[in-house]
Amino acid sequence: MLKYLLKRFFWMIPLLVGISLISFMIMHLAPGDITSSEASFNPKASEESRQKLRELYSLDKPVIVQYSLWMKRMATLDFGTSFASHQRPVFWQTKDKDGNVTLGMIQEALPITLLINVLSLILIIAIALPLGVISALKQNQLTDRVITLFVFIGFAIPGFWLALMLMYWTGVQHNWLPISGLQSLGHEHLHWLGKTLDTLKHLALPVFISAITGLAGIALFVRNGMLEVLHQDYITTARSKGLNEHRVIYGHALRNALLPLITIFGLSIPGLIGGSVIAESIFAIPGMGKLFYDAVLMRDFPVIMGILTIGALLTLIGNLVADVAYAWADPRVRRGVMQ
Amino acid sequence: MKHTLRNPLALIGFAIIAGILLLALIAPWIAPYDPNAINVKAILLAPEANHWMGTDGLGRDVFSRMLYGGRISLLVGFVAVGIATLIGIVLGAVAGFYRGWVDTVIMRTVDVMLSIPTFFLILAVIAFLTPSIWNIMIVIGLTSWMGVTRLVRAEFLSLRNREFVLAAQALGAKDARLIFTHLLPNSLTPIIVSSILGIASAVLVESGLSFLGLGVQAPQASWGNILTDGKEYIQFAWWLSLFPGLAILLTVLGYNLLGDGLRDAYNPRSNQH
Repeated sequence: MLKYLLKRFFWMIPLLVGISLISFMIMHLAPGDITSSEASFNPKASEESRQKLRELYSLDKPVIVQYSLWMKRMATLDFGTSFASHQRPVFWQTKDKDGNVTLGMIQEALPITLLINVLSLILIIAIALPLGVISALKQNQLTDRVITLFVFIGFAIPGFWLALMLMYWTGVQHNWLPISGLQSLGHEHLHWLGKTLDTLKHLALPVFISAITGLAGIALFVRNGMLEVLHQDYITTARSKGLNEHRVIYGHALRNALLPLITIFGLSIPGLIGGSVIAESIFAIPGMGKLFYDAVLMRDFPVIMGILTIGALLTLIGNLVADVAYAWADPRVRRGVMQ
Repeated sequence: MKHTLRNPLALIGFAIIAGILLLALIAPWIAPYDPNAINVKAILLAPEANHWMGTDGLGRDVFSRMLYGGRISLLVGFVAVGIATLIGIVLGAVAGFYRGWVDTVIMRTVDVMLSIPTFFLILAVIAFLTPSIWNIMIVIGLTSWMGVTRLVRAEFLSLRNREFVLAAQALGAKDARLIFTHLLPNSLTPIIVSSILGIASAVLVESGLSFLGLGVQAPQASWGNILTDGKEYIQFAWWLSLFPGLAILLTVLGYNLLGDGLRDAYNPRSNQH
């Protein structure tokens, strides 16, 4: 097991190098750099000053040189500083001579996106599990069809459209929920409980929307997994030895049907991170998606590269954790891995 | 096909897709107005007899724009998935047929591509290019071939050693003949299913990009950018946001129901229950 883990862990390094190489090439093959976007805000910027800026950021060198410079810094875990946001560190905080701490951009954005995704995953499980199980138990009956249709509609709803509609309905028309940002005015004067409630209120819509649109895959997966397990011999055995149906379904079938879900969660990480762009721009939430969107528009290369790298790293770690958890939960897989 | 017909949800999906495709095809003949004709005397009219879906902030007829926008949104879906499927078939076939180091290189590239959040990748490329419908199709196509590649490779690996393939090989069939007359035709069903499901997500991605302002550009209509226009007027012109959203929802729903139904029908494991 340990050998397998080590092998998987070291395999992540060439993968990460590959990912960063692809990201870097794509970014630099396309026209435009930070100087072209700065110039659009400042018409007085001359070609000469733009050239100076390019030299400052090494943008005048060939792509492969720029990439090796980037790799050299990455080897010391230095993600560099942002071009666009006053030289803020891309990844982690730095301290200057006077002891003033500047927070890293990803350091600030990542926990927000993670929080939204974890909350929505919890909501997804809470809704999708019962829906999938009921659907499987009532296979091909009306209940099953209705649930499946509902789940498919959730999958087909464009998230940004639902966001827009709900924002208008709950926020503008009824004023039930705040519609942008993470904190109300005067947030800092609140008691800690008030602070938590305030943030949760701001998160309600984004979390709900990401849960509704992410529900389908999990619910259908639970349904199909249950159907497959329910036709296995050991379920027939359990029934014929007189166990009540409740024990058969929740004790024997469900646990086995749920196993593959572990892998699904691991695989869904890049989708979740990627999906954060639109929701975060609509609700003006300062998470990874919004950070990335802004960076892309500004052609802020270090930030783009930093987010792509961290996103990919999270994906790889997610897959690894999922595989390990699966092996831990299922002895058959564990034996396969060992061999 | 019999199984598909027995599944009412797949039938609904088929009907939705057929209806929407038909509307998009005959758009020039049934659109009551020129989709880009500006009419300052008819700005932001609510749905009424002359304008079924109302008019937008420039007085353009929303129903006509929806019809023409549908053509664009569906076209993007088709072409993008076409590109992805083509790449997927070629790479998957090569990897599954020849195995060895080619297989390793291709599959590791798939791993790398799958580890980058797809929407980030699309966004990173699109933002640097001049936004146009062709660029969108190409970029969506180039970032969504990994699933098909895995699928085709798996099919080829499992078919490669079946008796009919070995027999053909023993009779002296060349690689190309084996691939094109024996392996590929037998892998078509899962490829078609994954393409249908792929169109659904391509339509969603296009509308998302257009919504962010990086997709199809004005004055050309697409469902995504009609919706973006509607965002500005949401407080007093609900029809501008409602109809394009519903159209996207119906299209994606239709393709997903159809794709899922077909998969069930052809998957022997789900038939036996």
